[in-house]
Amino acid sequence: MHLKSPDDLERLRSQLIEERKAQEGKKGIVLCTGTGCRGAGALVVFDAFKKALGNKSATEFKTTCCHGFCERGPITIIEPEGIFYQRVTPEDVPRIIEETVKGGRVIEELLYQDPKTEEAIPAEKDIPFYKKQNRLVFGHNRLMDPTRIEDYLAVGGYQALVKALFSMSPEEIIAEVKRSGLRGRGGGGFLAGRKWESCRQAPGDVRYVICNCDEGDPGAYMDRSLMEGNPHSVLEGMIIGAYAIGAHDGYVYVRHEYPLAVENVGVAIEQAQKMGLLGENILGSGFDFTVTVSKGGGAFVAGESTALMASIEGYVAEPRAKHIHTVESGLWDRPTNLNNVETWANVPVIIEKGADWYSKIGTEGSKGTKIFSLVGKINNTGLIEVPMGMTLREIVYDIGGGIPDGKRFKAVQTGGPSGGCIPEELLDLPVDFDALTEAGSMMGSGGMIVMDESTCMVDVAKYFTNFLKDESCGKCTSCRDGTLRMYEVLDRITKGEGKEGDIELLEEIGWTTTEASLCALGGTAANPVLSTIRYFRDEYEAHIRDKRCPAGVCPALITYTIDPEACIACGRCKKECPTKAITGEKKVPHEIDQAKCIKCGTCKEVCPVDAVKVE
Amino acid sequence: MSEKELVRFQIDGLEVEAEKGQMLLPVALEYGFEIPHLCYHEAVSPYGACRLCLVEVTTGGRTRMTTSCNYPVDNGIEVATSTENVLRARRMILELLLARAPHSERILAMARSVGVEGTRFSIIEEADGCILCGLCERVCREVVGANAITFVNRGDKREVAPPFWDPMACIACGACVYICPTDCIKMEERGDERTIVRWKRTLKMQPCKSCGKPFAPQFQLNWIIDQAQLPKDFFELCPVCRKQKK
Amino acid sequence: MTSAQLEKILKRHDHQSSHVLAVLQDIQATENYLPRKTLEEVSQRLQVPFTQIYHLATFYRTFSLTPRGRHVVTVCTGTACHVKGAASILSTLERELKVRPGETTADKGYTLETVNCLGSCALAPLVVIDGAYHGRMLGTKVLSLLKGEKKGASKKS
Repeated sequence: MHLKSPDDLERLRSQLIEERKAQEGKKGIVLCTGTGCRGAGALVVFDAFKKALGNKSATEFKTTCCHGFCERGPITIIEPEGIFYQRVTPEDVPRIIEETVKGGRVIEELLYQDPKTEEAIPAEKDIPFYKKQNRLVFGHNRLMDPTRIEDYLAVGGYQALVKALFSMSPEEIIAEVKRSGLRGRGGGGFLAGRKWESCRQAPGDVRYVICNCDEGDPGAYMDRSLMEGNPHSVLEGMIIGAYAIGAHDGYVYVRHEYPLAVENVGVAIEQAQKMGLLGENILGSGFDFTVTVSKGGGAFVAGESTALMASIEGYVAEPRAKHIHTVESGLWDRPTNLNNVETWANVPVIIEKGADWYSKIGTEGSKGTKIFSLVGKINNTGLIEVPMGMTLREIVYDIGGGIPDGKRFKAVQTGGPSGGCIPEELLDLPVDFDALTEAGSMMGSGGMIVMDESTCMVDVAKYFTNFLKDESCGKCTSCRDGTLRMYEVLDRITKGEGKEGDIELLEEIGWTTTEASLCALGGTAANPVLSTIRYFRDEYEAHIRDKRCPAGVCPALITYTIDPEACIACGRCKKECPTKAITGEKKVPHEIDQAKCIKCGTCKEVCPVDAVKVE
Repeated sequence: MSEKELVRFQIDGLEVEAEKGQMLLPVALEYGFEIPHLCYHEAVSPYGACRLCLVEVTTGGRTRMTTSCNYPVDNGIEVATSTENVLRARRMILELLLARAPHSERILAMARSVGVEGTRFSIIEEADGCILCGLCERVCREVVGANAITFVNRGDKREVAPPFWDPMACIACGACVYICPTDCIKMEERGDERTIVRWKRTLKMQPCKSCGKPFAPQFQLNWIIDQAQLPKDFFELCPVCRKQKK
Repeated sequence: MTSAQLEKILKRHDHQSSHVLAVLQDIQATENYLPRKTLEEVSQRLQVPFTQIYHLATFYRTFSLTPRGRHVVTVCTGTACHVKGAASILSTLERELKVRPGETTADKGYTLETVNCLGSCALAPLVVIDGAYHGRMLGTKVLSLLKGEKKGASKKS
């Protein structure tokens, strides 16, 4: 159906809402099939449901992409009560249909259990993980099948677009976005409205808008979930932005490692085009805008805006100097406005609800909400959306549920490889662009990796430096050789070959990498090293002076031993040990020959009574 | 002829003038300021890879350290070429470069002038003197047009090489040999063969029809004839004999 | 890849030289690597310098200039996965398969790769075998999955 006017759209929307109203109160099954839940086996659960329900079931069965609580996947929600079932297996499916859907009974074992009270919580909205969130941008994921544009329309989708195209001028739209205080969500934190304005004002007839979905920060996957689960929210933002800026062509650059996101945004574009929401004369407004999907080739540096543009042009993702800004000369030397996925997704919210409403959320310098990926050593792992200004403590403990296995919190790493580690004493910091930068880290794209006492901070610095060394495009000396040499020093330290002066050497190399590099990859490459030195210097000193790894991680500095009192002599470790380093007869506590031990950790993995100790 | 717009600004306190659109480094060099540089050459486009030409530029109330080879001059900017920060960065960069090209006289001299005697870092033997400035691949692509060599890989695995290590497009013109700042690309001639050592390219030279001396690779001459659409016998004589003929 | 097959791919991308990256991705997906001859043909047909194509092929991680193995085992080495033990899974696989990341076993059975984050961080550590995602992995678990692969037909979930 091709919509030729806003009235056509509203008629269709009313019809869709009517249809859904008629279904209200009826039983429905929602299964998340986002990449995260797929990793937990959601597709076999899908098959099981399909088989059990058959073709003629009266129960609505919908698939969505990403509700955020990924560690509990596959997630299944039974409507209309909103009963939240976690870690569903194909074996659970017949029971769910019989007992819950048909019988109206809740299956206790599948419910979320509060780790503190051990109380089972049936309703999704009562689960602590969700309670404290403000799912302004992300919330709709759970209500829609991303491959059905009708679902997006039914929750009010493309209403903001109509308002923008028919009731606002481009200048008014830009003013509204400026007033909202929206700052880039990709890591740069630049005021989006100001960028749009500069791009609009740049001389030239042809302009471009780009959506950066190259989300390279390891541990961050907010953009993947938005693009998989609600691609229309991003497209709608782009169309509004393009209209405000004066662009008629847009690109969505998705990293290669996100095949489902590529697929879903492709479907969304096709459906939007068929409906007249993209392409020529959108809804009869006279505005033309087409979007092309461009896939990345597997390079973290392609997330840098000039490198991304080079990639679209058919070159390697090598950044260039930004003395001339991309809003003046970007893609094919034309004025280009590039924004992150989440930034674009915030635009329809701002236009629909207004800048005044939007700017009431958040802090003075950071307005709105932010989606974070809370991962690592944390009980409730997944994607969360909270208002800017919430403290890290609230996030880690109230939403995240604290550290598993009774371990102690050590640090939370924010901002990906460009960021730093925030220690316990700073947990009351609000999540705010400027506050995090001042503490030596940065907001970044939203990755929040929680670390506990068993994480070695020197190893963390080495990990990030290794990552950056691999991902550096290699063009400039300070980044390419700076990361290489920092890595060499860190490697020596973790192998017990650290020497006095190494910390100072790291600081020196780090300073040059930061000050002298061409792009932000090099410019922030030293952050992981410098921030861990700043807050965890004692760990570095233990490695260097005492040749000791306090957290028990660095293989060269630890020893694996079997506790003779705990060992039940089952022989499993002996069997699995790749170097045959374990000896011991039946009923005799086993022993590890240190000369043969390669510290692979397999024995610890397989020991049923946790008798293997690491020092 | 259009009037070129002039801009006025300061370098180390000195009032200078240049055409709008010019890059800062060549302007500064012309005024006699000694800013070390390795990946810049007037024959090819600026690249900004070596990072040696860093200076501090103050504009609009903000001071930033930036490479001067690709910084377009503008009215009112204040440039400082030897601040503490600039020297500190220069020292570390030279140490990093020396670890790739420990025998380069040019780099050693630059290093000595800022008090750097050697490098603390392990020498990268595989680099074989290459500092990845890219001048060779730029001259091959932008000036000669042979497109024989390219940057390969990324990060610390980056190097310059012919595709698949097959130098089939190389015409052995020697432009890369000439432009390389660390002299790590060598050219040798033995009998009637010329070799660009680094790319392992050996080509047979064409003998002059008159004096019989081999004077240029056949492959190269044919390539030029093809590119410039010259008559097939255009390069029968060597440059010396051709001059004499005239 | 035949000329006709390549023509299909080029047509899909409108014979645009700026789409060369997408063309290479399609070739990689079809052939499981980038054959030199095909790259030379792409250079000719799209009028893109062969040097540019070679740089693209060696710069981006999704490409391989040598044929990949029948099974591709990818260990995610993103931060969340690292913090949860990805490094130890990787060394276990390196030891068992006797190859390093990026390499293929001599019998062309397995290619071991690493990837810097698949965005499935809540299920760290993650290993992908032939496109199927496996979360909450351990070295021993991956090995048994691979043994299962060796025995029967691989089950794609």
